[in-house]
Amino acid sequence: MGNTWAVDLADMGAVYPWVGTEMIMVLVAVLLWLLWHVMQIREENHEYREDVRRFGDKETLKKSLDQQTDY
Amino acid sequence: MGDNVTALTTIFTEFYYWVTVVIMFLIHVGFCMYEVGVSRRRNHLHTLMKNTMVIPLVTITFFFFGWWIYWAFPNGPFIFEGKGLILDGAVGANQYLPWAPKMGTNLSDHITGVFWAAFLLFSWTVASIVSGSLIERVKSGAFWIIAVMIGSVTWIIDAAWGWHFDGWMVKLLGYHDAYASGVIHAIGGGTALGVLIVLGPRLGRFAADGTPRNFVPQNPWLVTIGLFLIYTGFWGFYAACNVPIISPETIAGQITGTTWTATTIYLTPTTLSAITFNFLMSLSGGLMVAYIMSKGDPFWTYSGGLAGIITASAGNDLYHPIQALIIGGIGIAIAYKLHYWVERTFKIDDAVGAVAVHGYAGFIGLVIAGFVLWGYPSSPYEGYATVNPLGNTIGAFIMFFVLGFLPGWGMATLLNSFGALRVPREVELMGLDFRTLSEEQAARDDVIRAEKAMA
Repeated sequence: MGNTWAVDLADMGAVYPWVGTEMIMVLVAVLLWLLWHVMQIREENHEYREDVRRFGDKETLKKSLDQQTDY
Repeated sequence: MGDNVTALTTIFTEFYYWVTVVIMFLIHVGFCMYEVGVSRRRNHLHTLMKNTMVIPLVTITFFFFGWWIYWAFPNGPFIFEGKGLILDGAVGANQYLPWAPKMGTNLSDHITGVFWAAFLLFSWTVASIVSGSLIERVKSGAFWIIAVMIGSVTWIIDAAWGWHFDGWMVKLLGYHDAYASGVIHAIGGGTALGVLIVLGPRLGRFAADGTPRNFVPQNPWLVTIGLFLIYTGFWGFYAACNVPIISPETIAGQITGTTWTATTIYLTPTTLSAITFNFLMSLSGGLMVAYIMSKGDPFWTYSGGLAGIITASAGNDLYHPIQALIIGGIGIAIAYKLHYWVERTFKIDDAVGAVAVHGYAGFIGLVIAGFVLWGYPSSPYEGYATVNPLGNTIGAFIMFFVLGFLPGWGMATLLNSFGALRVPREVELMGLDFRTLSEEQAARDDVIRAEKAMA
């Protein structure tokens, strides 16, 4: 992409910045996607372990069920 | 773009698909509302997030590889005449690799982005179908892996096989599924069933002697509005299944003359008018039969309307409206009976009835279309098998079992082997939102204590 719109649009193709680096951008995005899953699964498992540790005893469980109105 | 007619046709097509995408967004809004309305209050927030995050995860993976799969796999691969992937040429997949120039802001291409998005919204829908079945006990992380599997891999393989003008199932089997009874709904229901078998029912859903207990939807109004929104989005879905305008010379098949037309994804002619007749008549058939069978149960009546459309969808490009009405009614009647039989027999807890409404109705719709449309051409091109009962029944089996049930069961089994599928029993008992709700309750207790101290 040049620095002017004084062009015949019929001759124009990709106009996004950094044409030619698409493969690198895709690689970065794929790694970020996989990282997201790893972080999310670790965080979710940590939350459940913490919930069980804090609230998982019989007494708290019974109390929590008693408080709930939606069975 | 060449002459002005070509330019207008291109811009019209671009705008047409863009509008369908906006309308289809309502399907996802509806699914979110519906799931939250069905779930119990202690699970609302997790339920909402579980389905909401389908949007980004399936979107990026459909960009990375989903769209490429659609264009690469029409031959099977190696099923049709032993041919492999279609990578090069006018419809080759490599132009849709995520780093290809077409997959971005490109002034020479007005169609790829909106066409990709129309398919992507189908991907969200098929993942959402599975989502509702699993509520209140599946780990979000596990579901999102399953969502990527069905949304960006398995359904788009089935689309390449059976929902593509060049697909091997169309060529060899005469498979006809114009509005996705099988390629979206049967595979969604099949996948949900495969996961549910491994996941198991919610605690308390079955009595000790195996008798099922009914968990009544917690918020019927949310369920109602959600299902109405799904109906609304379904209009966009139907429109998105069409090519809006195309000339016979562009199709370059057997159609003669110069009359431009809308077509199905197979490039066989149809009209928006025809599918509007049939959408409404099949919706009506589903609603009427479901109301009678469920004795006026709102949940099943609304779902029945949806199942009516889904059953008739395979042939709604060609049916007479009365045929669509009756086929819609037949679909929900069978799906309703099957749902309760499977629930009682195999102790399957499908929280929203998705396996029945999407899976069984989609399967039945394909089989019926094979009989009713027997002998119709499946394509405008020479050498394709005509529509027939055996071809569509084999197709239904491929959609529900081969690409739906088996991958769902396999992935769920794999996740379960790592303890990654189901939340701990204690968490399920206290509710997935327990921590958030208990903090809110503690804050409320503090305020009450403070007020009492002041009094």
